[in-house]
Amino acid sequence: MTDHNVAHGVFTLERTYPRVTPQRVFDAFASIEGKNGWFTAPNELWTVAERAMDFQVGGRERLVGEWASGLVTEFDATYFDIIPGERIVYAYEMRLDGRKISVSLATFEFKAVPGGGTRLVHTEQGAFLDGYDDNGSREAGSREIMAKLTAYLEG
Amino acid sequence: MPGGNLDLTFQALADPTRRAMVERLSLGPASVSELAQPHAMSLPAIVQHLALLEASGLVASEKVGRVRTCRIAPAALCLAEQWFNQRRAEAEQRLDRLGEHLRKYPDGEPR
Repeated sequence: MTDHNVAHGVFTLERTYPRVTPQRVFDAFASIEGKNGWFTAPNELWTVAERAMDFQVGGRERLVGEWASGLVTEFDATYFDIIPGERIVYAYEMRLDGRKISVSLATFEFKAVPGGGTRLVHTEQGAFLDGYDDNGSREAGSREIMAKLTAYLEG
Repeated sequence: MPGGNLDLTFQALADPTRRAMVERLSLGPASVSELAQPHAMSLPAIVQHLALLEASGLVASEKVGRVRTCRIAPAALCLAEQWFNQRRAEAEQRLDRLGEHLRKYPDGEPR
């Protein structure tokens, strides 16, 4: 039997980046070259298998990555709102080994800080789905997540 | 979000001993003494850590006879919530990497 669950979640993250303009921060979102510097950032555990980006309203972005463990993650986004230097809104789905795991709306706001620098506000609203079945991937999935969470907390 | 326990989860994993316990349990179930074995601390201290992990929903334990067996409890913290945690953690990491990137290349993307 497969358990179907959905959890709706919202989180907002904020960062202030000193000495850079909102346009500069926006630009880091606006091209594959820009995003390569931080969004995809391959490492020893993860390699890029597929990459495409059409940065315009209605355009799509796709990123497929493979973990050293063999786990394949797919990110597919559609851009809904782009105001250069100010705002980006896209909706995206994530798949783990082909199973749909979340559908989310991501909003990025780029705000000038008085005296220089940019405050970035990232709001994510998502439907987080249990696309896991019971053939063992469920446990493997949570192990992976646990390991990542641990790595994150260990900084 | 159904999980008011996300804070508890993060709190539970903020401690290196508890992280080590979770990592050990992600390999398979273990008794309390097996869990305590690699750590240079008293059994009551380990049991206290275990209590916190159980409160966070990350770990479940069951006493059979005189042995208490502990295991990872992904069901207690639903997978969707774990996934939500992971998305958030990933987003945090990405924004930090963006900060690094902007420090290195304040004037534009590298050519």
